[in-house]
Amino acid sequence: MSTVAIDKAAPTRTVKYGSMSRDRTWALRWSYFFLTLFAIFSLLPPIYMLITSLKSSAEISAATNPWWVFHPTLDNYIGLLTSNQFLRFFWNSALVSIFVVTITMLISVPAAFALARMRFWGSATLATGVFLTYLIPDSLLFIPLFKVFALFGDWTGIQLINRWYVLLLIYPTLTVPFCTWIMIGYFASIPKELDEAAIIDGASWFQTLTRIFIPVALPGLIAATIFAFTVSWAQFLYPLVFTTSTDQLVLPVGIITTLIKGDVFNWGQIMTGALLGAAPPLIIYAFLMDYYIAGLTAGATKG
Amino acid sequence: MADVTLRKVVKKYDDVEAVRGIDLDIADHEFVVLVGPSGCGKSTTLRMIAGLEDITGGDIMIGGDVVNDVPPKDRDIAMVFQNYALYPHMTVAENMSFGLRLKRYPKAEIKSRIDEAARMLDIVELVDRKPKQLSGGQRQRVAMGRAIVRNPKVFLFDEPLSNLDAKLRVQMRIEIKKVHQKVRTTTVYVTHDQVEAMTLADRVVVMNHGRIEQIGTPNELYHKPATKFVASFIGSPAMNFIPCRLEESGGKLHVRITDRIAFPLPPARAARYQGASRTDRLLLGLRPEHITEAKAHPEPGVESFDAVLDVTEPMGMETLIYFALEGAQICGRVNPNAGAQDGAPLRLAVDLNNMHLLNEGTGAVI
Repeated sequence: MSTVAIDKAAPTRTVKYGSMSRDRTWALRWSYFFLTLFAIFSLLPPIYMLITSLKSSAEISAATNPWWVFHPTLDNYIGLLTSNQFLRFFWNSALVSIFVVTITMLISVPAAFALARMRFWGSATLATGVFLTYLIPDSLLFIPLFKVFALFGDWTGIQLINRWYVLLLIYPTLTVPFCTWIMIGYFASIPKELDEAAIIDGASWFQTLTRIFIPVALPGLIAATIFAFTVSWAQFLYPLVFTTSTDQLVLPVGIITTLIKGDVFNWGQIMTGALLGAAPPLIIYAFLMDYYIAGLTAGATKG
Repeated sequence: MADVTLRKVVKKYDDVEAVRGIDLDIADHEFVVLVGPSGCGKSTTLRMIAGLEDITGGDIMIGGDVVNDVPPKDRDIAMVFQNYALYPHMTVAENMSFGLRLKRYPKAEIKSRIDEAARMLDIVELVDRKPKQLSGGQRQRVAMGRAIVRNPKVFLFDEPLSNLDAKLRVQMRIEIKKVHQKVRTTTVYVTHDQVEAMTLADRVVVMNHGRIEQIGTPNELYHKPATKFVASFIGSPAMNFIPCRLEESGGKLHVRITDRIAFPLPPARAARYQGASRTDRLLLGLRPEHITEAKAHPEPGVESFDAVLDVTEPMGMETLIYFALEGAQICGRVNPNAGAQDGAPLRLAVDLNNMHLLNEGTGAVI
């Protein structure tokens, strides 16, 4: 039998343990550095809004430190929240957004189900087509759309321009394609056997959608809902073009058309209005953020 | 409860023929397993019975009624899928009762059926859990429970055990057999695993390239395969095929393997192969258990020869041996005490009473 010589003094170099965690530490440091940078960059405007909203007009125009409030006041908030006009904008925005979200979901969920599951002739092309319509920017569309509604008014006598509800027809052109696309992706990630099992269990297509697909795809559904809400809440160009009377305006347009009088900028109230306007999406995101992320990343990994 | 009949059933995808005209009669209460390699058309056949795939040609009958154009929900079938396909947002009880609730069964009836199925499958304590909280084996039971509560005419299983680990698979196999013994529902079961097919089936349907190679009981397929495909597919380790010729010498029919090795055929076999061609290239088919160590007093029809072993695999109760013969690798099973060693010679015996003779060109068993 041969013997194997074991050199017991073999490891002469200094052994380093935990090299993986050291790498990780550095990666984390860099991540924190850039994340902090990014957070500061994106949080500065809202912080500036908050600071300015707490100042009086006199303090804003005085040449003091713009990043500090010396005489905090809630006058801007009280002024806006007691103004019927501002509350009207808020109400209009809420009404439009809620209706648009409802309309969008009623159209895009069944559409996505049909395109993802009920294979019919041209369904794949149609699915791509739905997404392509989303790529046409609204800044190109508003003139022809205006023309269409004007002609529609001439022919039928039904006046849609300068009515808040015209936005219920326009916003879905932005929200429906994108939400349909999100939901197609989400439905496609549901295993095919699940609808086959439902069909064998005796479910109709509609029951498969309402009792299996919608509950299973709830995160995606919520993500799409949040998206539709954000888009309609923040939309600026369309309401600026299609509504002009102050009682028909939504919040973003209302703030700039009523609080900027000629060349007089009522900065305190503008900032307050913008901050109040940003609150509802902020609150919704805060509560549903997890769902939103889960919805947007669906299909990236299985499970 | 119903019988299932397939008549000249064809399935084409564009130009590809997945199923090429199969005929199959499945009797009431029968457990039939469709088995074959992947792409042989077995799953497609099952899905056509379920109604999940349209048929391109032929007829499918369930309980005597042609169901070619009947939608799946009206065929009164239940299906168990490979990935279980449980509804993830429903509890076990809700999963099992979904079909019954859609059909608006009374609540009491639904409850009693769930209780009965849960007891049968030993999942009583799981009925309030969600599928996520269950193990693979438990999910499979729930999937079976969902089929049982429907009390359908036919059960369809699509490779239900493929996602389970080996140990659980054996356990669930027994479970499925027990369930069938209790409910006696006509069952069509698809698998690529010949062991599953053999252990579960009343009758096995071996499929290959969209055609049925052979239909028979597990024992028939094992002992009387009709084609080389069936002979090689059923049984593990697989049957050995040794190139050979038939020749007459000394008034007796011999099967000649090499210049030195030729075995006289036992009388029953000789009579059977009397009419076979003496010039065709043939294959001698021998299962591993019919190649063993030579004994001192061999039975009639058992012939011995010498071989040098390449590899031995001790399995405990037996030792598998591998050696080369006429370019073919041959597997045999010997007693662990027979002294088989890697690279060593061993005197072996072949049991020609259990031999098969195949035409090398056509693959047909003579």
